Amino acid sequence: MALFVTCLVDLFRPSVGFAAVKLLEEAGCTVEVPPLQVCCGQPAYNSGDRATTRAIAAQVVEAFDGYDAVVAPSGSCAGMLTHHYPSLFEDDPAMQARAKNLADRSHELTSFLVDVLGMTKVAARYDGVATYHDSCSGLRELGVKQQPRRLLASVEGLELREMTSPEVCCGFGGTFCVKYPEISNAMVGEKSADIAAAGADTLLAGDLGCLMNMAGKLQREGRAVRVRHVAEVLAGLGDEAPIGEPGGSRR
Amino acid sequence: MQSTARSFKDNVDTALADPNLQDSLSKLKVGFSERRRQAAERLPEFEALRDRARDIKNHALANLDFYLEEFERKVTALGGHVHWAPTADDARRIIADLCRSIGARTVAKSKSMVAEEIGLNEHLEALGIAPIETDLGEYIIQLRHEPPSHIIAPAVHLTKDQVADTFLEHHSKLGFTRRLTERNDLVAEARAVLRQKFLDADVGLTGANFLVAETGSSMLVTNEGNADLSNTLPRMHIVLASIEKVIPTLEDAAVLLRVLARSATGQESSAYTTLNTGPKRPGDLDGPEQYHVVILDNGRSSVLGTEMQDMLRCIRCGACMNHCPVYGAIGGHAYGWVYPGPIGAVLTPQLLGVEEAANLPNASTFCGRCESVCPVRIPLPGLMRHWREREFERHLTPKAIRQGLALWGFMARRPRLYRRMTALANRLLALLGRAEGRYRTLPLAGGWTRFRDFPAPPAGGTFHAQWRRRKP
Repeated sequence: MALFVTCLVDLFRPSVGFAAVKLLEEAGCTVEVPPLQVCCGQPAYNSGDRATTRAIAAQVVEAFDGYDAVVAPSGSCAGMLTHHYPSLFEDDPAMQARAKNLADRSHELTSFLVDVLGMTKVAARYDGVATYHDSCSGLRELGVKQQPRRLLASVEGLELREMTSPEVCCGFGGTFCVKYPEISNAMVGEKSADIAAAGADTLLAGDLGCLMNMAGKLQREGRAVRVRHVAEVLAGLGDEAPIGEPGGSRR
Repeated sequence: MQSTARSFKDNVDTALADPNLQDSLSKLKVGFSERRRQAAERLPEFEALRDRARDIKNHALANLDFYLEEFERKVTALGGHVHWAPTADDARRIIADLCRSIGARTVAKSKSMVAEEIGLNEHLEALGIAPIETDLGEYIIQLRHEPPSHIIAPAVHLTKDQVADTFLEHHSKLGFTRRLTERNDLVAEARAVLRQKFLDADVGLTGANFLVAETGSSMLVTNEGNADLSNTLPRMHIVLASIEKVIPTLEDAAVLLRVLARSATGQESSAYTTLNTGPKRPGDLDGPEQYHVVILDNGRSSVLGTEMQDMLRCIRCGACMNHCPVYGAIGGHAYGWVYPGPIGAVLTPQLLGVEEAANLPNASTFCGRCESVCPVRIPLPGLMRHWREREFERHLTPKAIRQGLALWGFMARRPRLYRRMTALANRLLALLGRAEGRYRTLPLAGGWTRFRDFPAPPAGGTFHAQWRRRKP
């Protein structure tokens, strides 16, 4: 099977990729990372640039050709592959068939672990009280809700405490957060208050974009919340420096 | 109504700085969505009903000409009149002519978004005919000379105190000189003031939730009963509705009503559901002598048969805006025209042009909550994306975004170059940010760092660089 690293994890948080690899290998998978992969194309897709999106999508389809499963540590990127790629090639039946084939093989990480591999627990320890943010695409396009919680429940030392509105968007939205920074700020400000009110010392989610947005806001507001990708905690890499905190990689 | 959609960004700044608005929105965000959730949970077949509602509207839209003509035949047979208004101008002229034909001086209006869309009040006022809004929310904003900020709760942007001040200012000349503080007292006072206006009105003008082709009925739901007074007391009843409101049968209406109220307010049914079927008949105790239905197109028919047709399924419940985090942050006025929120971001570019409304479909994170609650399953994010694509094709997308995208797109299609560039960026960002672990300012990322820190990557290289090293 293949790991779709995603561009944000590649550039800003490699430990999420390694956490995903660890979880998948421990579950018995042979993980490859196809070198031709770059980005799923959402920046172009959500900006209305269909031609660029198609070119990138075709490249992704090519890069992941032949793998029995493609797993991404992101609901947003996995959702792009499963829910949007086929519609990009409506005028090109051959390409559309390949895109549909990729869509059928693609999964978000926690959903793959639980729904496909049937994983019910992980061997990890994390000392802290965590709250979980449901990233929008994972939740609404892929139905990722219970899978990460189910696995987190097996992490020793971890208590999960829900915020009031875990399903409300954090205001990231890709380019939205820089196109409409004031609206995005109002949204992430509300999210930050909700996180703080939950009384958790750790914020977890399954999408790095949302995590960087929320981490940046929490830190700007001086709130003492450690922000991590759920894969890191599940893989026992919870001793990495939290997102936006100093301290190098341990590998 | 004059659009300010072009100055969306200024409107946003105003909205975010308005403490009364923010106070009102914080209540709306929790209240509506929680009530809708409970109502949906109480009805096991709710999701199946949403499918049926979608199918009913799709069927009606696919056969719109047939059902509209059927509706007209039925209305005519009942002794009423149907007037076709291709444009907003036509609709205003038809309604003004009808009012003048009986020498009307006042028009009692129940809430109609289509009347807002065609700017009816301003037009009637200019002709010396006084429109009187009888829905409480609409009445409040009429006194304040404000447009509605929500399609089912037009004054939802106001606090109780603001309403109390408005009533004191306008009602004291009528003898109501005490400033009220309780909600019920405010409602009672508005009721007392409005009652005489119903009795004096020459024309009652209502919108319609549905036009039922089978019976020629127009159907209207309210929680205040004001529509019933508007359409029974005056001599002439004018229904103003747009073409996509027509549905085949009463049976279909029953399905749509079941999802409408639950989606809108979490009620199982609105307090009043009224069917108007022609003018007063011989032997009827009351009812209008004349019954007219003005059916507006205003660009909608051009959407039929296109990939945008889904927007015409809308039954105007407001659930999309009640669940939209962007609407929840900025309220309805920021959208700049009649229809706010996700459905506004889809309708306004169609009705006013994509140049005028370019910002609206862009001001969304595509979080998808609107689509997940829409009772007729309109793919709102997909339709917003459609507008973004039209904007991009027409070079309306801001230059900085186009250039950034072009550069990124160039690299993203060249994986080897992309690896080198990201490795460099990763090393730079890690090196310069290693002390703090994050940036408080960052060149070219002002939109981000104005409000939040930007996390620096840890040292060690990109994932792909590290993966290559790991492999044997």
